[in-house]
Amino acid sequence: MSVSTYTAKHRLVFADNLCKGCDLCAVACPKDIIKMDKTRVNEKGYNPAMCFDMDACIACGICAKICPDSVIKVERDI
Amino acid sequence: MAKVVYEKTRGLTENPLSYCPGCTHGIIHKLIGEVLVELNVLERTIAIAPVGCSVLAYNYFNCDGVQAGHGRAPAVATGIKRTNPDKIVFTYQGDGDLAAIGTAEIVHAAHRGENITVFFVNNAIYGMTGGQMAPTTLIDMKTSTSPAGRQLDGAGMPILVSEMLSQIPSVTYIERVATHDIANLDKTKRAIRKALQNQMDGKGFSMVEILGTCPIGWAKTPADAMDFVKEKMIPYYPLGVYADKGAR
Repeated sequence: MSVSTYTAKHRLVFADNLCKGCDLCAVACPKDIIKMDKTRVNEKGYNPAMCFDMDACIACGICAKICPDSVIKVERDI
Repeated sequence: MAKVVYEKTRGLTENPLSYCPGCTHGIIHKLIGEVLVELNVLERTIAIAPVGCSVLAYNYFNCDGVQAGHGRAPAVATGIKRTNPDKIVFTYQGDGDLAAIGTAEIVHAAHRGENITVFFVNNAIYGMTGGQMAPTTLIDMKTSTSPAGRQLDGAGMPILVSEMLSQIPSVTYIERVATHDIANLDKTKRAIRKALQNQMDGKGFSMVEILGTCPIGWAKTPADAMDFVKEKMIPYYPLGVYADKGAR
């Protein structure tokens, strides 16, 4: 599990070891703030997805809906 | 205070999916799992897995499941539904399973108007066995057994399963949907819900054809494969409702 950041308004929780680095979340994200983290490799050998600008996240949930492997949990601050 | 906008549905098990990166089987599994939970039928649902990439689907749906012989999922579903009419029975089949070796089973199940739900994932290729040409492969589409692209002369036209089955008087609901963007995912989920609701209401045979991708078999990135669905598959496989007759 990697949590993007606690300081931002919303929260994305990535189940890193389920990620296959397919890039669908990064392409679908309307804010273009998700990328595959080339500095890390998960248990399966893929570069897992990560959010690099959590402050810009609008918690729309599109990344999580398009993810085939249910990697992402989205929490909205209310 | 945080509100969960989206998390993995309990309609799926914790098992990691065996599908390739970017494969839409995972997305479709999620949608079916979510609808089973929303309809509150997960505990009385029986999934019939096919032969093909989704042969292990019973490991992923958090309900009971069996795996049928190649193409025979509608026949197995018929038996289970007739002996357990209070259960919700759905088959999950690919195009190699339903549109090739299982054509007879699906056509006869539809003619009988069996009260089952069929989810037909059409990705225009035999994914599991290495990307061979399927009956649903598009004209000029390159596969490992059609390296020059599928040709009309010799291979014929791709089978339009939804159009074919919608001609059968005893079917209740046939719709073709796609999974290439968020708007279509919502439509797909609505179609899945309607197909399962029809069965709960005893209305008869419902099938949802879902256009999916095979990034590995198509030799494309997952994002390019989504574009291929939009630009190439949907023009030949038009989306929409092909039959919706309500009660039998």
